[in-house]
Amino acid sequence: MTDEGFALRDVVVRRGGRAVLDGIDADIPADGITVLWGPSGAGKTTLLRLLDRLDVPESGTVSYRGTPLDELDVLALRRRVGMVFQRATPFAGTVRDNLAVAAPDADGEAVRRVLGRVSLDADLLDRGADTLSGGELQPMCLARTLITEPEALLLDEPTSALDEGPRRAFERSVLELARDGLTVVWVGHDEEQVRRVGDRVLHVGEGRVTT
Amino acid sequence: MTVSIAGLAVSLLLVAVAAGVSLVWRLGLELSILWAAARALVQLLIVGGVLVLLLAPERSLWWSWLWVALMVGYAGWTARQRAPEVPRLLPIAATAFLAASAVTMAVIFGLGVLPLSSKTLVPIAGLIIGNAMTATVLVGRRLLEELRDKRDEVEARLALGQPSSQASRPYLRAALRSALTPQIETTKATGLVFLPGAMTGLILAGVDPVSAVLVQAVVMFLVLAAAATTTTVVALGVVRNLFTPDHRLVVPSRTAS
Repeated sequence: MTDEGFALRDVVVRRGGRAVLDGIDADIPADGITVLWGPSGAGKTTLLRLLDRLDVPESGTVSYRGTPLDELDVLALRRRVGMVFQRATPFAGTVRDNLAVAAPDADGEAVRRVLGRVSLDADLLDRGADTLSGGELQPMCLARTLITEPEALLLDEPTSALDEGPRRAFERSVLELARDGLTVVWVGHDEEQVRRVGDRVLHVGEGRVTT
Repeated sequence: MTVSIAGLAVSLLLVAVAAGVSLVWRLGLELSILWAAARALVQLLIVGGVLVLLLAPERSLWWSWLWVALMVGYAGWTARQRAPEVPRLLPIAATAFLAASAVTMAVIFGLGVLPLSSKTLVPIAGLIIGNAMTATVLVGRRLLEELRDKRDEVEARLALGQPSSQASRPYLRAALRSALTPQIETTKATGLVFLPGAMTGLILAGVDPVSAVLVQAVVMFLVLAAAATTTTVVALGVVRNLFTPDHRLVVPSRTAS
């Protein structure tokens, strides 16, 4: 299957005795934007973290492009599958330093290109990352992930702290990335946004996933 | 110079002063102060007795090494008691004490700074392990806090494909810096602000001040090296325990600890 992205089979995750994910089966195709939608605490973030192997299931299998994740080199997997977290996490130093953490050998052209893809001005490169505005921080985190040239992008409610303008700009960047062939999995709970960005929606709730 | 039993008894007045302060200010620490003083006295008397046995001229050096091994075990256990939130600290601490002892003793005894005998081995090892124990607790707690507080940042680094050794490095460095700084500050202030214990003891015991100063200098350098070695080994060990082999961060939550 060429369009296979992620596949989860009979996946169980428990936290403190409670099944957060209770034997879920789900397929996330390689093309377009798949939104994981559902109420807070439904297990969306947990599911997303499984895809980058930041968490592992108690039982069941998670596969990427047909190979179970535990058979893949985890560091190589995480460079193929990038992740942007709900809370922007600038590292110490400038924007340039942040990008260098992800790709120390990236040349100036690659750095400018990646900033362009997230609609950030190249003038920001020498600004301290902790001085960026809220609307600039999350795009910088996205740029930091993109500079590793991933095939897939996992987004954990990335715009929940953004105002309307930066939120729409972020959505446009991701829609463009998906058009360019990136597999995107977007965790969200804003119905309007889900309609705007999602090519398909998986509903996560009560430990189950439904289409 | 010696202190008589009567002199020792008179010095208990000083403990009474401390307890008196507690009474006047209603700190509720009188019993604690008396207990601490009594315990210290008994412990010192026991250690004194053991040292008399260990330092007897005909006694094999192996007994001293055995004493050192016991100190390592007890110090590791104490470190774990003081920082129970740090997972599997006992084996890490014991390894760190052995590493610190190996490095410092290789210089002190291996390069002939002091001759190796029961008289030098037991106190030097005590100094190394005592300081290493304090450093272990400091660095273990600080590193756990760093990784717990900066969990988002650490996971963002892991998600970029960094191995755990690399993703944890900025936080490991911060923990090492904060654990070593007090030792460096103490070293800087030595002689100007206070006269350290070993030197004071030697001068009181009648050794000439220049010899006492030289011994103290060696002791300070030894403590610095011991703290640096210990903190490094402990920090690496704690990192190893807080990440899985497949580079996931598994920091115990605050409530769980």
